[in-house]
Amino acid sequence: MMTALWELRRYPSALVGLALILTLTGVAIYGVIAIPYNEALRLWRGGGDIWIEHPRNAQPEWVNLFPGNNLPKTIILSSREGGTKRVQVESGELKSVQISLGFDYRYDDFPSELNLFFDPKFKERPPHVSLFWLTPDGRRLTLGDRSVGPSERYAVSLDQRLARRLDGNPPEVGLFADPAAPTLQPLKGEYTLLAEGLLFEKGADLDVRLVVYGQVHGLAGTDHLRRDITVALLWGTAVALAFGLLAAVGSSICTLIIAAIGVWYGGWADASIQRVTELNMILPALPILILVGTLYSRSIWVILGIVILLGIFSASIKVYRAIFLQVRESPYIEASRAYGAGNLRIILLYMVPRVIPVLVPGFVTLIPAFVFLEASLAILGLGDPVLPTWGKVLNDAQQNGALYKGYYYWVLGPAVLLMITGLGFAMIGLSMDRIFNPRLREL
Amino acid sequence: MQDEPLLEVRDLHVWFGLRRWGFGHAGVVRAVDGVSFTLRPGEAAAVVGESGSGKSTLAKAILGLNRPAKGQVIFEGKPLDSLKPREMRWYRSQLGYVQQDPYGALPPFMSVRRILGEPLVINKVGSKPEREQRIREALEEVKLTPVEDFLPKFPHMLSGGQQQRVVIARSTIMQPRLLVADEPVSMLDASVRVEILELLQKQQEAHNLLLIYITHDLSTARHFVQRILVMYAAKIVEQASVEQLLDNPLHPYTRALIAAIPEPDPENAATFKDVPPGEPPSLLHPPTGCRFHPRCPAFMKGICDVKEPPDFEPQVGHLVACWLYERGQVES
Amino acid sequence: MKENSLLYAQDLRLYFRTTRGAVQAVDRVSFTMDRRQALAVLGESGCGKSSLARAILRLLPRNVHTYSGELFLNNQDLMSMGEESFRQEVRWSGISLVAQAAMNSLNPVVRVGEQVAEPLEINQHLNRREARDRVRELLQMVGVPEDFLNRYPFELSGGMRQRVVIAMALVADPYLVILDEPTSALDVLTQANIMNVLKRIKEEKSTSFLLITHDIATSSELADQVAVMYAGQLVEVSDAASFFYQPLHPYSRKLMASVPRLRGGEKPEFIPGQPPSLINPPGGCRFANRCPFRFDRCQEDPPLVKVEQERWVKCWLYSADEES
Ligand SMILES: Nc1ncnc2c1ncn2[C@@H]1O[C@H](COP(=O)(O)OP(=O)(O)OP(=O)(O)O)[C@@H](O)[C@H]1O
Ligand SMILES: Nc1ncnc2c1ncn2[C@@H]1O[C@H](COP(=O)(O)OP(=O)(O)OP(=O)(O)O)[C@@H](O)[C@H]1O
Ligand code: SF4
Ligand SMILES: [Mg+2]
Ligand SMILES: [Mg+2]
Repeated sequence: MMTALWELRRYPSALVGLALILTLTGVAIYGVIAIPYNEALRLWRGGGDIWIEHPRNAQPEWVNLFPGNNLPKTIILSSREGGTKRVQVESGELKSVQISLGFDYRYDDFPSELNLFFDPKFKERPPHVSLFWLTPDGRRLTLGDRSVGPSERYAVSLDQRLARRLDGNPPEVGLFADPAAPTLQPLKGEYTLLAEGLLFEKGADLDVRLVVYGQVHGLAGTDHLRRDITVALLWGTAVALAFGLLAAVGSSICTLIIAAIGVWYGGWADASIQRVTELNMILPALPILILVGTLYSRSIWVILGIVILLGIFSASIKVYRAIFLQVRESPYIEASRAYGAGNLRIILLYMVPRVIPVLVPGFVTLIPAFVFLEASLAILGLGDPVLPTWGKVLNDAQQNGALYKGYYYWVLGPAVLLMITGLGFAMIGLSMDRIFNPRLREL
Repeated sequence: MQDEPLLEVRDLHVWFGLRRWGFGHAGVVRAVDGVSFTLRPGEAAAVVGESGSGKSTLAKAILGLNRPAKGQVIFEGKPLDSLKPREMRWYRSQLGYVQQDPYGALPPFMSVRRILGEPLVINKVGSKPEREQRIREALEEVKLTPVEDFLPKFPHMLSGGQQQRVVIARSTIMQPRLLVADEPVSMLDASVRVEILELLQKQQEAHNLLLIYITHDLSTARHFVQRILVMYAAKIVEQASVEQLLDNPLHPYTRALIAAIPEPDPENAATFKDVPPGEPPSLLHPPTGCRFHPRCPAFMKGICDVKEPPDFEPQVGHLVACWLYERGQVES
Repeated sequence: MKENSLLYAQDLRLYFRTTRGAVQAVDRVSFTMDRRQALAVLGESGCGKSSLARAILRLLPRNVHTYSGELFLNNQDLMSMGEESFRQEVRWSGISLVAQAAMNSLNPVVRVGEQVAEPLEINQHLNRREARDRVRELLQMVGVPEDFLNRYPFELSGGMRQRVVIAMALVADPYLVILDEPTSALDVLTQANIMNVLKRIKEEKSTSFLLITHDIATSSELADQVAVMYAGQLVEVSDAASFFYQPLHPYSRKLMASVPRLRGGEKPEFIPGQPPSLINPPGGCRFANRCPFRFDRCQEDPPLVKVEQERWVKCWLYSADEES
């Protein structure tokens, strides 16, 4: 067994497959360590303002590596950091505060969104603020006045009146557009957001944060809920590998033992296992899983259990049965009976180990099959309700018409990972088949 | 030699129903059909017969691995079919079994240490260090030394002869009183055969075992046992000591068998062998009367094909199932 | 090269490529066979007997490492023949083969008669009738009853199937039939029957036989000449009468002593030790590690030398005389 595995090194395809799998495992381990379980769940559940500073449906950053692409990244400026803030006592309690948030904009495309977040401190009278937008070509646009309540926010992009003033362009476009250019294109240079506020109370204060949402984000982009898809890909890798491995191990071992039991006892035990298998082979697994998912639970553990259960009575039980029928007749089994081995011992210690070398290559190719199954379930909306997985990313993408709207990257990440998984395990599995199945070796 | 018999086989029948397409019976193979003999402790006996004559089936019935349709195997006066499960376990610990194909007889995924340990573990013998000690002694007895080298090896790392020695070590590790060796050397090279048979003989003598050596090879039987039982078509047709059987074979089948066995002699090339015509009968529909009668040169019409010959004893200790000896006469 | 010999082999080699190195299954094998003779090749399992048959018939597996030497059939150089002409002129019509366990590889769905007739119809272009008559004649010669012609192989006993396979080898009237372990799976009586059949064929049809077997006693039934093979090499080639009377090579002697005899004789002895691996076999005499007569010289490879009329031995015990 060990020597057989050692022989794998002579098959380049196995090495490539192994490299792929090891990479995936590395990714999974990194993901699990970098983002602890609870953190991952919290992130993926979203809610609160966890993702508020992330752009919606942004592409991955690496698209800028393609020539001709220079899409904006997200720019975040705050009066506490990066901006300037001056406070002046006007008279008595009244203070004025002048906040200037300046940034250099050098991208070829417009931002995807603009948001202003206020962080005032007051007891009774909220501060009042006037907002101005200074463009590189010296224009000064008034964005309006407002009194700033607690955690007030100004969604610039949603300001319809502003849009109308900007020739009907959405604010994130209009504010950056070059008025001299014949077509809509951003004007590059220093922009500044000016916030002039009045504080009415002693101890009152005001801070402002400007988020100029880009069109690219992170390694994998973001989804419709501004969530960083990378999180799902990292954790999805761990979930997929664990699910595939557990399902494959669980179902293979159970199948093996049940097949051995059927063959050893024969008679009605064998017959009923056969019938159950046949029944199970006619019944399609997917609808059963859908039924369980919709009616009972979508927890990945429940689904794993059902998958293993359905996997036990699969076509492979017939294959193992055929092998066990031969093993049962082998002289060493007869010898073990002669020196008094009991039924259970014969099944577990004499029959099952004999078949494991036959099982290994098939087992290796079974793993991706279960990974795909889990993904398919998630795509159908039956993914685990809390865990981030590849399938759920795909499910989101599909529900939001990702391909139709051109959000190819949304599908790309999980699809590539699924393919790598399939490819990696298949390459190892095929090489193993050659080693364990000497008749193929000459090929 | 006047011990009580250790093993008695009494009118043993083992039949296999042949099933057709899973329904109904296509017939019954009478693989062992009325076999009786008695053997004493410390005796070495050979069952000699052609392929398909029922030797292995007989062995398995003695080992309690298949169920007789009729008749009994009696060990130390206790019929096997009356043993309770616990007694059966005891009986199994009194038995050793050496099979034909040494490689197949060893689980390929177990090391020699584990293979030899299994019978001890199963029969709950001793503590772990005691078992290890027994395993080492067993390997030394079959001359697989240095023991350390062999303990961790797997069957495929051993030659056929070494594998068979492991099988023998396993079969004697429980210190049984009966050893059944079913064609223990037929898969081995001629140069190794003798070595293995000598080993079996040594074990048999050292532990005062009753050895049942099953073979199709009369020439090896001659050198390693004292008593020979000749089997033809599911029946024992002649039993006698080696000297009686070879010097004075009585049954026409035994005579034909002995005549057909060649020696390395250049004269052979010049002569044709005298071989009875035909082939052994099907055990589905064996001939009536004496089963050898269609091939027998001494066939007596009206007798041999009508009634089955019982065992006659024309000489003391020489049993033969042939009508020629009805009146006890012995041809020379 | 000996004129007028039937088969002449000189320095024949057949090595197989494996991951652990070249298996020297047939290593510098030389012998001569005369017409109407039977040569028995004796040796333990794995010593290269079947590989020798393959080398003679050029039935090479894909992993051949080396295939060289001289081979003449009726003074015709076989090694220089093209694959196609070898197949047409030599295989089956010149030399045919009863392969090891061939009786278990008969086509289970073709009737016995048709199976024997097939090579006739294909190679000899006989029509159905002629072929059938010829098959009937052949089967009768090997002792298969006529009504077996229409049976399927599984309906026949092992002995009958072996006869059918022998008939197939005789169908093209070859000069030489190679029999690879033709009786080792059969019972004593059947074995005696088959040997009778072979003897009769040898007498009546003057066919030559190359009989490969590990069973010395059975080989004596047919052999005029004996070749003992050990670890891929011939260590003794001798006429049968002198060989069975007194084998010379230490291995041959040991082999003979290991045969259990039914009549007279002593108890058989075994040969301690194991044959060497055919991958990187030891230099010098390959039997040295098991040989009771080993001495210094045995570290060198002994040549196969003629020690008597019709007797060659590959052992320093005998070469020494020659030189002195
Ligand atoms: N389980 C079985 N079911 C049906 N028939 C069987 C079974 N076992 C043995 N037989 C038949 O019983 C007969 C005797 O078989 P057995 O194996 O005892 O012969 P044997 O003398 O040991 O032969 P061999 O020398 O080939 O081992 C054969 O005809 C065989 O086909
Ligand atoms: N195609 C092959 N590739 C590699 N090794 C081979 C091949 N065929 C045979 N051998 C090896 O060559 C050696 C000689 O084999 P061969 O079959 O000629 O032996 P043999 O004398 O006929 O043995 P047996 O009596 O068991 O039939 C063996 O060690 C065998 O393992
Ligand atoms: S009983 Fe009759 S047929 Fe049978 S062996 Fe004796 S003589 Fe021959
Ligand atoms: Mg048998
Ligand atoms: Mg061979």
